[in-house]
Amino acid sequence: MSEEESYGRIFVQLLPRVSGLRKRGLAGWAILAGSTIVSLLAIMTITAPWLSPHNPIAINVGPLLSPPSNQFPLGTNHLGQDMLSRVISGGAIMFQVSIISVIVCLLVGVPIGLFASFKGGFTDKTTSLVMDSIYAFPGLVLAIAIAAMLGPGVVNMALSIAVVYVPSYFRIIRSQVLTIKELSYVDASRMLGANTKTILVDYIFPNVVPSIVAVATINFADAILTAAGLTFVGLGLSVSTPDWGWDLTYGRQLLASGAWWVIAFPGLMVVLLALGFTLLGEGLSELFNPRLEK
Amino acid sequence: MSLKSYVIARILLTIPMIMLLLTFVFLIIRVLPGDPASLHFEKNVDPATLLAFKKQLGLDKPLLMQYFDYLIGLTHGDFGKSMQDYSPVSQQIFSAFPATLELAIGATLIMVLLGVFSGAVAARHYDTMRDHSIRVFGIVSYAIPVFFLGEVLIMVFGIYLRWFPAGGRMYPGVSPLGLEIGGKHYPTGLFVLDSILEGSFYKLSLSIRYLILPVLALGLVLCGIFIRLTRSNMLETLQLDFVTAAKARGLRERTVVYGYALRNAFLPILTMMGLQFAALLAGAVLTETTFSWPGLGRYLVDRISFRDYTAIQGVVVFFGLIVAAVSLVVDILYAYLDPRIRL
Repeated sequence: MSEEESYGRIFVQLLPRVSGLRKRGLAGWAILAGSTIVSLLAIMTITAPWLSPHNPIAINVGPLLSPPSNQFPLGTNHLGQDMLSRVISGGAIMFQVSIISVIVCLLVGVPIGLFASFKGGFTDKTTSLVMDSIYAFPGLVLAIAIAAMLGPGVVNMALSIAVVYVPSYFRIIRSQVLTIKELSYVDASRMLGANTKTILVDYIFPNVVPSIVAVATINFADAILTAAGLTFVGLGLSVSTPDWGWDLTYGRQLLASGAWWVIAFPGLMVVLLALGFTLLGEGLSELFNPRLEK
Repeated sequence: MSLKSYVIARILLTIPMIMLLLTFVFLIIRVLPGDPASLHFEKNVDPATLLAFKKQLGLDKPLLMQYFDYLIGLTHGDFGKSMQDYSPVSQQIFSAFPATLELAIGATLIMVLLGVFSGAVAARHYDTMRDHSIRVFGIVSYAIPVFFLGEVLIMVFGIYLRWFPAGGRMYPGVSPLGLEIGGKHYPTGLFVLDSILEGSFYKLSLSIRYLILPVLALGLVLCGIFIRLTRSNMLETLQLDFVTAAKARGLRERTVVYGYALRNAFLPILTMMGLQFAALLAGAVLTETTFSWPGLGRYLVDRISFRDYTAIQGVVVFFGLIVAAVSLVVDILYAYLDPRIRL
């Protein structure tokens, strides 16, 4: 079977599940709601240069710390920046960091998970030990240590987040491969002369894809929250980039002045984006492995 | 396997995990691009000063020697010297830790009590409006960054309503003295406990007032997983025969649900508490920063702004050790309570 054919088959298997979403109760609704939120925010971020009424990083666009008004619907911050423009443009960093970190996790976690758990024995034991040690560690603290060493930047932030979340991919893949590799179709293909690579890529991998998709989606939410957390402890980007995390960080110092609008709107956007991915991820994992819900 | 041999096996398994972790942290600080000493000065330093600085901290030795120094130091509680003032990091860690511990204990109470209670209510009222709203709350709470929730709580309860202080841990100058033995005070560093031991109601009420908002922020954000766990566990249990039997004997539904079925969910909840401990500490770092709570997390964040890499390494290692110890204790407790685990 060629690669395209096998992926085509996965797509065909997924399609009827997706088209019948509405009939799937809570999981279906979660997927619909999650994907709607995420797509709307993605569209908003892409079209931000045209949507935002002001330059999001220009200072003194309006008076300092003005509450929401007709001219500045979401108010201005302590630098006189327009909060509406910052809210519209601030998602770009979140999307970039989370996309890069999820890609890195996929590129590192999936092959290691497939190979180590298929090999079994010593390879599996040592890899599991390493992954479990990282998994047990407070994620944000580890990400802070790595980000502190790598310095600021979108890619560095994404890398430090990826290190923390690779074990989640490894664990889910491992648990599945351990079951799948005992199935008779794997034995059959081995007897027909398929080598390890063929068995892993063509026969086992397609069965693991749904779980990977579900983990990756939830991982988007984690990456967004971790990125916001890294920014909050001072490891984020500079003022010259519109970023919800930055607004939340510096808004903390403005709380005493009663300027709720500086934190409220960027904060809600982070929640909305993380919520969108969480709903999508929860719905997908429910759909792919229905448990005792009914 | 007897409990004793299980405990020994579990401890033996913890050792390689801790070694890996220590090595990993060591490598992050030393091997990632940019050496910590020159990063500390943001590269604006003459070579002589840099060398003296490295010597003072033992960073001039070969990597392998540094590694052994680091491991040997840790065995007697030496977490290295601060890059800022060359003082031992361990002292600062130990003095900041009680504040973090107090926050963690409080947040655990909120997350477990609230999570388990709402989960049980949701299961009892399965597929009703109440069940749906509790589940939605669980998912939404997961998506809220703890520092945003903290900021909202400060805004509403600290600044507008003025019910609770907006940050800090105590009035300046006031500190609970703890237990008095023979004219000497022995504070534990946990302000609520110290106030009780001292017998001061005034200090107790103050410490609780300062504690409430941070604990609420952290507890609320983490309670979602307990809602889900309790709910799905209870839904399973409620279908078991002993529940039907209890109902048939005429016990009130409330007694059956909260008295009988909920007890069955206890073990998974205990395990989850162990697993969530790492998330709790990570959340504490952000919560402490939000509320200016003088614990380990705030210390870590302060050190980041000073580019004090030895202190950062110390705190990270300490966090790792605590998590390893807690998960060891939880596993042993679990094996004690449920002998099947030892098989």
